[in-house]
Amino acid sequence: MSLDTQIATLRAELSAAIAAASDEPALDAVRVGALGKKGSVSALLASLGTMAPEERKSAGPAINGLKTEMSGLIEARSAALKSAALDARLKAETVDITLPLQPAPTAKGRIHPISQTIDEITAIFSDMGFSIAEGPDIETDYFNFTALNFPEGHPAREMHDTFFMKMGVDGVKKVLRTHTSPVQMRVMQRTNEKPAASYITPPMDPPIRVVMPGRTYRNDSDQTHTPMFHQVEGLVIDKSSHIGQLRWVLEEFLKAYFEVPNVTLRFRPSFFPFTEPSMEVDVQCDRSGSEVKIGEGSDWLEILGCGMVHPNVIRNAGLDPDIYQGFAWGMGIDRIAMLKYGMPDLRAFFDGDQRWLDHYGFRPLDLPTLFGGLSS
Amino acid sequence: MKFTLDWLKEHLDSDASADEIGKTLTMIGLELEGMEDQGKALSAFVTAHIVSAEQHPNADKLRVCKVDAGTGELIDVVCGAPNARSGLKSVFAFPGTYIPGKDMTIGKGNIRGQVSNGMLCSNAELELSNDHDGIIELPEDAPVGMKYTDYAGINGVVFDISITPNRGDATGVYGIARDLAAFGLGTLKQTDMSPVPSKGKSPIAPLPQQFGADEPKTIRKFSGRYIKGVKNGPSPAWLQQRLRAVGLRPINAIVDITNWVSLGWGRPLHAYDADKIQGQPVLRNARPGETLDALDNKIYSLDETMTVIADDVGPLCLGGIMGGIRSGSTDDTVNVFMECASWDPELVARTGRKTGIVSDARYRLERNVDPALTEPGLELATRLVMELCGGEPMEPAISGEDVFPDTSVEFPLAEVRRLTGLTVEPTIVTAILTRLGFEISGKGDVLSVKVPSWRPDVTQKADLVEEVMRMVGVDNVPVEPLPRLSHVAPRMLTSIQNRRRIARRALAARGLDEAVTWSFISHDEATRFGGGSEGLQLANAIASDMTDMRPSLLPGLLAAARRNANRGLADLALFEVGQVFLSDAPEGQHTYATGIRTGTAKLGGSGRHWSGKPEPVGVFDAKADLGAVLDALGHDIDKVQLFAEPAPWSHPGRGGRVAQGPKTLGWFGELHPALAAELDIDGPVAAFELDLDALPEPRRKATKTKPALDLSALMPLTRDFAFVVDKAVTAGAILKAARGADKALIKDVTVFDVFEGNHVGEGKKSVAIEVTIQPSDKTLTEEEIDRISAGVIAAVTKTSGGVLRA
Repeated sequence: MSLDTQIATLRAELSAAIAAASDEPALDAVRVGALGKKGSVSALLASLGTMAPEERKSAGPAINGLKTEMSGLIEARSAALKSAALDARLKAETVDITLPLQPAPTAKGRIHPISQTIDEITAIFSDMGFSIAEGPDIETDYFNFTALNFPEGHPAREMHDTFFMKMGVDGVKKVLRTHTSPVQMRVMQRTNEKPAASYITPPMDPPIRVVMPGRTYRNDSDQTHTPMFHQVEGLVIDKSSHIGQLRWVLEEFLKAYFEVPNVTLRFRPSFFPFTEPSMEVDVQCDRSGSEVKIGEGSDWLEILGCGMVHPNVIRNAGLDPDIYQGFAWGMGIDRIAMLKYGMPDLRAFFDGDQRWLDHYGFRPLDLPTLFGGLSS
Repeated sequence: MKFTLDWLKEHLDSDASADEIGKTLTMIGLELEGMEDQGKALSAFVTAHIVSAEQHPNADKLRVCKVDAGTGELIDVVCGAPNARSGLKSVFAFPGTYIPGKDMTIGKGNIRGQVSNGMLCSNAELELSNDHDGIIELPEDAPVGMKYTDYAGINGVVFDISITPNRGDATGVYGIARDLAAFGLGTLKQTDMSPVPSKGKSPIAPLPQQFGADEPKTIRKFSGRYIKGVKNGPSPAWLQQRLRAVGLRPINAIVDITNWVSLGWGRPLHAYDADKIQGQPVLRNARPGETLDALDNKIYSLDETMTVIADDVGPLCLGGIMGGIRSGSTDDTVNVFMECASWDPELVARTGRKTGIVSDARYRLERNVDPALTEPGLELATRLVMELCGGEPMEPAISGEDVFPDTSVEFPLAEVRRLTGLTVEPTIVTAILTRLGFEISGKGDVLSVKVPSWRPDVTQKADLVEEVMRMVGVDNVPVEPLPRLSHVAPRMLTSIQNRRRIARRALAARGLDEAVTWSFISHDEATRFGGGSEGLQLANAIASDMTDMRPSLLPGLLAAARRNANRGLADLALFEVGQVFLSDAPEGQHTYATGIRTGTAKLGGSGRHWSGKPEPVGVFDAKADLGAVLDALGHDIDKVQLFAEPAPWSHPGRGGRVAQGPKTLGWFGELHPALAAELDIDGPVAAFELDLDALPEPRRKATKTKPALDLSALMPLTRDFAFVVDKAVTAGAILKAARGADKALIKDVTVFDVFEGNHVGEGKKSVAIEVTIQPSDKTLTEEEIDRISAGVIAAVTKTSGGVLRA
């Protein structure tokens, strides 16, 4: 058989075998049979050594050409087989992506509107240069009333529906604070005594700018009053702050809080023992629809109380009211949360009903900031 | 307080419209709560006659009435009022009438099987007063089918204002007129209060004030006047209409006169039937055991802190608060003893609180009543008694002294600008204060201001600033920005404030809902969770399940879980970050972050699902939550101390305590099954508590620079070891021993398998750990690795008493 015939036969046989290999091992067997040490093509190559130089000249390229050709066919077949295997695997791995995720109420943790509102208030006032001050919920009569110029037996004390504590071990009669105002006195007072606990804000030197959010308690219960509620108090003490600036602070706060371009406020003279002059503040709103719209309409809604810190209170703190002056205000956190977010019933705030929390709560990463917007 | 426009105009000469007056009242601090044209609002109501009233066949408390409302036929009306009776004249609303007090329109109906075509009304339903004890009772001679507004003379604007506790002077129409006049809305009109000549000596001598030196004495000045031979009976229409319009029930001329003075001038009076007084009345404190059968038909127990007017028989009247039935004036009263007294406001308030009586007299006297009106008020009443009922006034019987405020304030005019930012001309300041009754002397920058008798609340400069400001109008105060103290605000939150915020967000991000629960819980719950001490109990709790300050947030969360379970939500993840009370001292208040998971509410999801079986929550869910909060706050749960010392609320074998040094940071575990049963909670609960106040303050560092990052270029390698140890040996001890075997090269040790079984032996378990070794500067040789391995084996077997598993 001539060499040419041998090559042609081998080419035909091997090509058919490569094409017929259905998987990698079969293909490998063909490869070894052709190109392995004892393979048919390798044997042909080895025969070159026995040929005459003249003959080798033409046979060399022909045999090497066969080897290159077969290697290429094997590689191509191998790639095709790999691709088909991957396709088969991917097909086998296909899932129904319309299957529902695990129904997980727990994957939807929510922040309570009160915490969110406190964070919103904090974001606004901290930007205005106010720090956050705190005091205890169980207060002495002194801080809750006497220091704040509530005379013993005055009807104003009675207006507070105070919760009284039974006598404790220290023999001091205490109350549940009826407002956050006792924190004012704790911050203002001139004393070298360190606070009893680290959460209690230590006394400050003027200029003082603080806001004081916290829980407050009154012995009262109906749809708009709960025996426990939340207030935020604000206090500015320096040598020059006056009602004109109080108006500015409140307007700026309410605009920022309700996220509206304008608010119209109505200041009404009123009475609080710890401020003089005292005022109640109404905000203009539209109550014609199902939602209260702040900043438009012609209704008035009472929203907070405020005034210049009473000279007696400044005096009780150990400061001279002819030198130091300032203003304070207080408002209900629950109330402004209800106004902004439209919760109808205060009592539901404290029920822990998951349906309510999921509906009115806030996403954990909805962190109120001024740069990102208070609410999304 | 309610008053009519007519009544106001009797004291104020003004052309101002009702709207203008209403707005002004609010702007000067007498907040308008309501303003209504009663004639218009109530024009549909008519007078009617209940011809018959019979028991409703199907309802104990209802009556079926036949009502004549002047239409010529009898109307069937079902009525629930206890006083609906045959023969009564009352007020009727035809179907289609809007009932303001109920905010509804009455229709034709059928009440429990009986036809009802309209409604008999109470004063509360007409919003004339809060009296909803029964339907309105009209005199027998009242016509039938007449517009009730015409009959009662209710036609005009009624203002309702709220009065702050400092403004006793505004509890009478006259005082309100004085404020409006000072604002510039008209001129104040004076009333004749001059003395009425006496016809002889008073049969009742001035009342002796019998008080011991240490006794509380509510009375200051008592002035009384005996008026002989009056003819009492219904008062004239104008007076009845005036009282009715503001929600008071006319009684008889004498009583109506006392109410007229009380509402008109804020000067309460009391009228005794002199013939029912036994002997000479005196002023003294009540004796233990004495009672008063008061005009509100209730019997009150009195004590020795309460001043009474008493005769030989006992108390006639509780001073400053309310009179008694025994000596009350009736239609038959012939001789009247009229009282106009001044009292100590604080003591009136105290007696009022103790007895719980809310009366018009107390409302005024516990604020303040102008002491200059004690005698003039009596003259005013005497004059009207003589006008309406005739009679002869005897000499006034007076004992004691009034207390007049004697306050002069040095008032620098600059004070107005200092406190308000408002610039007001000195002449305007003077004019405002003068119109309000302040006497001004001195000129220049500092005025001397004498406070009038009706304004004891004004004692210092700031009070005068308020008077000026409320008359100028707060809206006229120019708005001025508050200067910033620094352009970029410094850090504003303290560590604990930040911890609370971060803990909340971290837990919500793990799928827990934030609850806010009551600070007070039941005594039983408080005791179960380690609280309930005397100092943490409320003396006047609002409800029996809100008596004790909470020692833990768990009772509130568990109660919420129970409520949710009752609504069908058994897989629940809840947390609260809030205060607990370990004692009543300020330092006893801590902030805890506490969370619970119930049912199958695991981190990955809850309930049945195609991907796998739902697993109940367990101790490791609680530990993971606690670990996540600790991590969010910069602490590693693997680096704080863990003790198998469960909290009292916990399953004894499935709970632990987390501590750092001597301080307990918190607990985690599964709820004790017995406690769950007692609290009526089904299914598993995993819970944790973290005391945010117990976490150490982060160390203060000179800079914010973080330590340099030391990264090795060499591959870490791992080696596995399995040890057979006693069941009681903790994984924590094994991990600690392994870590300690070579602190420089061993980077991490984890447990990858734990099992028990017969082949490891009774009371034993196998714990398999993976040790990660990180070469630092050169690749480790086999010998070096073997040496580290030997060290690990030695350390673990020594600590645990176990053996390397073959």
